[in-house]
Amino acid sequence: MSTTDFKRRQVSGRGISLPGNDIDTDRIIPARFLKEVTFESMGEHVFEDAKTQNPEHPFNQSVSQGASVLVVGQNFGCGSSREHAPQALMRWGIRAIVGGSFGEIFFGNCVMLGMPCLVATQADLEWLQKAIGREPQTSVTVDVEQQEVRFGDRIIKATMPDGPRHQLVGGTWDSTAVLLEAGAAIETTARKLPYVAGF
Amino acid sequence: MARTLLDKVWEAHTVRTLPSGQTQLLIGLHLIHEVTTPQAFQMLKDSKLKVRMPERTFGTLDHIIPTTDQTRPYADPLAEDMAEHMIRNMKEFGLPLFDMASGRQGIVHVIGPELGLSQPGMTIACGDSHTSTHGAVGAIAFGIGTTQVRDVLATQCLAMAKPKLRQVRVDGALAKGVYAKDVILAIIGVLGVKGGVGYAYEYAGPVIERMTMEERLTVCNMSIEGGARFGYVNPDATTIEYLRGRPYAPAGAAFDRAAAWWKTMATEPGAAFDDVRHLDGAAIEPVVTWGINPGMSVGVSQSLPTPESAPEPERPTFREALAHMGFAAGQPIKGAKIDVAFVGSCTNGRLSDLRAAAEVAKKGKVAKGVRALIVPGSQQVAQDAEAEGLHEIFQAAGFQWRKAGCSMCLGMNDDKLQGREMSASSSNRNFIGRQGSPTGRTLLMSPAMVAAAAITGAVADVREILK
Repeated sequence: MSTTDFKRRQVSGRGISLPGNDIDTDRIIPARFLKEVTFESMGEHVFEDAKTQNPEHPFNQSVSQGASVLVVGQNFGCGSSREHAPQALMRWGIRAIVGGSFGEIFFGNCVMLGMPCLVATQADLEWLQKAIGREPQTSVTVDVEQQEVRFGDRIIKATMPDGPRHQLVGGTWDSTAVLLEAGAAIETTARKLPYVAGF
Repeated sequence: MARTLLDKVWEAHTVRTLPSGQTQLLIGLHLIHEVTTPQAFQMLKDSKLKVRMPERTFGTLDHIIPTTDQTRPYADPLAEDMAEHMIRNMKEFGLPLFDMASGRQGIVHVIGPELGLSQPGMTIACGDSHTSTHGAVGAIAFGIGTTQVRDVLATQCLAMAKPKLRQVRVDGALAKGVYAKDVILAIIGVLGVKGGVGYAYEYAGPVIERMTMEERLTVCNMSIEGGARFGYVNPDATTIEYLRGRPYAPAGAAFDRAAAWWKTMATEPGAAFDDVRHLDGAAIEPVVTWGINPGMSVGVSQSLPTPESAPEPERPTFREALAHMGFAAGQPIKGAKIDVAFVGSCTNGRLSDLRAAAEVAKKGKVAKGVRALIVPGSQQVAQDAEAEGLHEIFQAAGFQWRKAGCSMCLGMNDDKLQGREMSASSSNRNFIGRQGSPTGRTLLMSPAMVAAAAITGAVADVREILK
């Protein structure tokens, strides 16, 4: 695969709103579904308990099926480091997330999967969630490169820190190859550490 | 210019600056367990990659293992399959595994420090958010996802951005009946569950400095619950004495050289922080969570706040929490009935935690209708506790004495809440569904407070029992 295939300059698709703050990764995928040695079935269990308890849950709505841009509140993906959470969202169909803030491990995991997470203001998020509610068929464009989200004729500012943004836009988020490029510098760095050298 | 521990550890482990602007950071110690690694090993196999530094990765079994009968094959075929994959992968890649037969098995964040694997000045990564625990020894230790586990296995490195640093100072002294768990719950209560996003926490001040290593491990463990990916305590005499003689700590003259280096890694006087916050240790009372994240807490003598007291955007979550817990705004937390008591987890599953719970257990019997579990954090903790007779104290009081594992902290084995059961728990998360039942309810508190709730059948003030 060439680097071009990995570039995540922008993501477009129908939106899905998930209001509320502090939605943790246990909520996204409960621990009992982690007893799998692959990620393959994770998409089936995204928000499993929340969906069962609430028939009105956004991920239950027929209008939301096929959506790929998730709009959330503050501190989304806090808690457990389980990559099963972004895997479940991705396998359900999500390709980008816009929110007020993100749990840091979750954010990092999303980058590792090539899934951008952008931060917007509370006012813009509320506007966007309402707009998606009104017009669920309208495409939302998450422009990672320009750091903005477009819906209809409105543009809202949505940011991402430079490092991960460069990884996504440049197509270098699949980091193993990039890290291996350091070559012998890895061992050189290690050998200088007293605890590696045996004090 | 005076430098912080974060500055020094970061610099020592920097391999290079990546084109993205991030740091290629060398990982000195990689810890793994059975739940977040099988996919990483598969990715390695698919890419025909080897483990770059096999001597720097150690594994254990903790999340899925039963705490009753641990004979293989496990009764749960899914758990058996995960254990089997872990054992096979470790063998295939030539990595050491602390299995049941080793006598060193336990929760990954309990055994790392216990074995002396986790040392000051290191970078430590593990596919588990509570890796922040190891910061207590003066390391930069953080949780990662499975694809990052692959990167550490394949390259011994991660692409990381250096966070900002906030010093959290706890001044004064703690009252009797107030524990490290109360301190970290109080910190999260003040700074919020997302207050630490973008930050690392340096815990300091007289209360932290006087803490034992096990207490510091409890504090650092829950850094992530405050949004900080990692937190640490500067290495000092307590750290050095804790590590002396541990199986993987340096020995003899090498230990003295190590201790000298460890001390040089501590934050220097006058170093600047991006933020400094103070808490008064004397003002902290035993803390109990009442909601669905660890920031929703009150002192045991207090009443639940009202949604109106929270900022507007927080109120829906606040109301959701009250509804889930079946609590009314303004009600006292003391006296809330419980069904289950759980002492254990990487937060509070160490010997001193079991001692604190046993001291309270001596004062009564588990209340009628309450199911009470004591789950040691490791085989070593279990052995030490049994040598002191703690298991007999617990059993005499009606607590179940279990084998080491993560257990009811996240309910991946048979130790789960049933239905809407209310649990008094020494673990770290009160998220909806966390303890294995989608409708289960969790009240986080210190191990002594859990024991107090167990013998009274409701949330109680341990200070009154210890009088």
